[in-house]
Amino acid sequence: MTNNNPVVDQASASERMETSASTRLETPDEVRNEHVQSFGQAADAVERVEGRQFNIDTVEHAAQTPDTEMPWAELGLKQNEFDEVVKVLGRRPTAAELAMYSVMWSEHCSYKSSKVHLRQFGDKVTEDMKKHMLVGIGENAGVTDLGDGWAVTFKIESHNSPTMVEPYQGAATGIGGIVRDIISMGARPVAVMDPLRFGAIGHPDTARVVHGAVAGIGGYGNSLGLPNIGGEVVFDSVYQGNPLVNALAVGVMRHEDIRLANASGKGNKVVLFGARTGGDGIGGASILSSESFDDTKPSKRPAVQVGDPFAEKVLIECCLELFKGSLVEGIQDLGAAGISCATSELASNGDGGMDVELTSVLLRDPTLTPGEILMSESQERMMAVVSPENVEAFEAVMAKWAVEYSWLGEVTDTGRLVIKWDGETIVDVDPRTVAHEGPVYNRPYARPEWQDKLQADSFRGSAAGAEVPASAEDLKAAVLELMASPNMCSKDWVTNQYDRYVGGNTALAMPDDAGVVRVDEETGLGVALATDANGRYTFLDPYQGAQLALAEAYRNVATTGAVPMAVSDCLNFGSPEDSDVMWQLAEAIRGLSDGCMELGVPVTGGNVSLYNQTGSTPIHPTPVVAMLGKFDDVARRTPSGWREDGQAIYLMGTTHDELDGSEWANLRGHLGGKPPAVDLAVEKLLGELLINASRDGMIDAAHDISEGGLAAALSEMALRFGVGARIGLGEVCERDGVDLFTLLFSESQARAVVSVARSEEVRFKDMCGARGFPFMRIGVVDTENGALDFQSEFSVPLAELKEAHEGTLPKYFA
Amino acid sequence: MTETPLIGDFSPAPDAGLSGARIGVVTFPGTLDDRDAARAVRIAGGTAVSLWHGDHDLQGVDGVIIPGGFSYGDYLRAGAISRFAPLMDQIVDGAGGGLPVLGICNGFQVLTEAHLLPGSMIKNNHLHFLCRDQRLRVENNATAWTSQYEAGAEIVVPLKNQDGQYVADEKTLDELEAENRVVFRYVDGNPNGSRRDIAGISNAAGNVVGLMPHPEHAVEAGFGPDSSAFGDVALRGGTDGLGIFTSVLTKIVAGAK
Repeated sequence: MTNNNPVVDQASASERMETSASTRLETPDEVRNEHVQSFGQAADAVERVEGRQFNIDTVEHAAQTPDTEMPWAELGLKQNEFDEVVKVLGRRPTAAELAMYSVMWSEHCSYKSSKVHLRQFGDKVTEDMKKHMLVGIGENAGVTDLGDGWAVTFKIESHNSPTMVEPYQGAATGIGGIVRDIISMGARPVAVMDPLRFGAIGHPDTARVVHGAVAGIGGYGNSLGLPNIGGEVVFDSVYQGNPLVNALAVGVMRHEDIRLANASGKGNKVVLFGARTGGDGIGGASILSSESFDDTKPSKRPAVQVGDPFAEKVLIECCLELFKGSLVEGIQDLGAAGISCATSELASNGDGGMDVELTSVLLRDPTLTPGEILMSESQERMMAVVSPENVEAFEAVMAKWAVEYSWLGEVTDTGRLVIKWDGETIVDVDPRTVAHEGPVYNRPYARPEWQDKLQADSFRGSAAGAEVPASAEDLKAAVLELMASPNMCSKDWVTNQYDRYVGGNTALAMPDDAGVVRVDEETGLGVALATDANGRYTFLDPYQGAQLALAEAYRNVATTGAVPMAVSDCLNFGSPEDSDVMWQLAEAIRGLSDGCMELGVPVTGGNVSLYNQTGSTPIHPTPVVAMLGKFDDVARRTPSGWREDGQAIYLMGTTHDELDGSEWANLRGHLGGKPPAVDLAVEKLLGELLINASRDGMIDAAHDISEGGLAAALSEMALRFGVGARIGLGEVCERDGVDLFTLLFSESQARAVVSVARSEEVRFKDMCGARGFPFMRIGVVDTENGALDFQSEFSVPLAELKEAHEGTLPKYFA
Repeated sequence: MTETPLIGDFSPAPDAGLSGARIGVVTFPGTLDDRDAARAVRIAGGTAVSLWHGDHDLQGVDGVIIPGGFSYGDYLRAGAISRFAPLMDQIVDGAGGGLPVLGICNGFQVLTEAHLLPGSMIKNNHLHFLCRDQRLRVENNATAWTSQYEAGAEIVVPLKNQDGQYVADEKTLDELEAENRVVFRYVDGNPNGSRRDIAGISNAAGNVVGLMPHPEHAVEAGFGPDSSAFGDVALRGGTDGLGIFTSVLTKIVAGAK
């Protein structure tokens, strides 16, 4: 971003050249001779500050020059918001204050359009749901009790806009940011996941984004030593101009290690450590993530942050060592809005105020203005509050890991956040007005006028649905077509670029229903995680679509045998200034919060990403639901494929004619009607049965039925270990009153397929029968036939199925 | 790889007998698989000792593992900065004196940079990071780290790297082959374009071994690969890598007697 601020003039270019300090690189010789050393000496910083000659816009100056024109519009603020800043301060803001308010009051940081709706996540909570919640919404990430003194924290976030502009760095820094959120809670990160949504698979620009995003996630995550244990890859032209890159991280800690982001205790020191502050990512949150893209505006590429995973890995270990020694009182990562966010949130959450000297910030680019330093979103930085007696020990940890740091100031009891530049006050604000009391909009929303027409256009009634496969030959071709389709094909080409082994605790990873990680090596205590969303369902009915995402995530976790415990959500929507979109958002939040209440699983954190649209065309509303589950012992987890010859295969649940919004309809280019019905009480019962069956060793394989229906579920189960089966579906068709095509391709909810050892069949049937849950034996595992054999109908050789399933992504991207 | 004790044999189980062997696991900034390597040593029955790159002290360990990861972010070139770490002086000296040293993945890269092993690793020929279960053949079971395998045995261990393509000049490759210093070779498909399908090599004395795949991720049933070269295993039940660790522990314990 150029400096378009009239009141802050930079030194001339020639002066800048002279004063630009050389960045100190760690050369091999230095490593060898002076291996344990501390960077960031005060003298180092002062040297660079001399010669930076800005005409500083001080608070005093601002008070004297009320009529100075301020560039609030360029910084993303609206007239009414700027007026509010003036009202709050009782004067015009200084350039630095304006920079802070503009980023902190951005949609991305302030949730100003969604806040009024998001409250439901906090309101619709029962005492029972709070039982395991140690830290709820509002902190960097929620914390859930796992038992045995263990706690788990997880969160999902978007990094959509940066990824569109610069796929590699955008996706990479998405991982970096969410991992720092987890560290900030005091936890050791143990795994990551990535739900990804790209444009049409064949579009000329899709490969650019796919290659960049996947390599970025791998390049960053693999370098951190965090196993990537799952996610989603979806292709749909609605995401062409707005790919969705959501990143989830999960971390674990002992209860006593939980850390919160607050600055308390007068006289405690404030320190910034990690990477230096540079010019990257200025305006990332306010300009990039809080507006729609528009070809007429200049490139937003400089607003994308640049990641250094090595620096982050060192930062993780360094922070964990700080926590171990109880050396920090409060800690906050620097993400969106950088120092503006960290200082104002720490001060706002604390009991006093904070004084900071901004010239003490170590810079990568010495020409940055105070406003730019406050707004920079340079990665791999943390801010901590350290009591004076721990300063020395803190510095020793920094020295051990060769992490740069600088002391910026201290906690005060004034209730004010005061930021100085060479001793002159350039920010003097009530931190709460910056961090927590930003604007709140009750944006108008209304059910779109086209919604009724959309819902009336069912697949069965459409030209696309007039003729569906019926003959054995056509059904076989349909199964192969489905399993080769962009959304149902094997995602190995993507996931093989991620390390799923590092850490040695991965008990399940893709393509199983959920990723499972062991937490306690002694007891086997562990967690399961799944992320799900269906933009098409949510487009057809936002309330129900959000609940369907919730239901699927719940089912996925339960399918592996874990008990669902908590939700984190990433709400990806278009512009909130569009009343149609706003309605989608309001409905989705209402649906999700109602659903969580019904399932008894609290939302512990999340993120809202708005303005995901190209011109006036928004993406499908895409609420991604991440579900966390718990295992007493991960040894009990259930994989998604069968492998023992002769085991019985059971279908749990009932199938209705529900093809609207389905993958099959999608393959035929149809989107209309109403999404599958959702009954969360039935989902909960199915979950209980699956968890019990897993715990008691009744089932050896389980897979949920979702996108692609029974056809996809059976195919995936056979392909998981390359073991065939003989399947007979006549009885189910008769019981449910549907034809074979419908049974195979309908996406009715609350269904799963399991394989049961012969010796366990009676117990399994008794269990389902006792709870009144519909089940039917549909086949038997066959290790010899090498096929998914739909007896007396058609047979799909596994080799053929595998080739179709695995060939798609390499064909487009390899 | 574990033997059933004879009836009436009340001698300690093999594991207990190996616990006297102490294996150091080095951590550099950016090392990732250090805890995994230490776990593998423990599971094999030995005692793992954490070593810090910045020290000059091997703490009297009987063997050293340089684990995988991205030490110094692989900046400049994988392993190029780490080879200058203070502890590398002791490791190079120790290796010269017969100390068993194993470099896994990034550790292998460090060993080539430190000239303990010949050749070098460049980016995979397909240019992507690749994580998959990989079948290897143990070509030489006479090294400090492979004695528990039959010569020619095959094993399945995870492979995961970006810069895994082993290269060396033809003369060096011929020498390695002639001296039987190719320890592991990729079978069922070369995953990265490595010359002559080489997955791991040793020095002339056989005490220093480097390999790109990760045996430490195939030591614990439930958390390893889905398959084994030794027969059917349960879900993620592959433990084919364990022999690497029991090999060195057995050698150390035998040498101490």
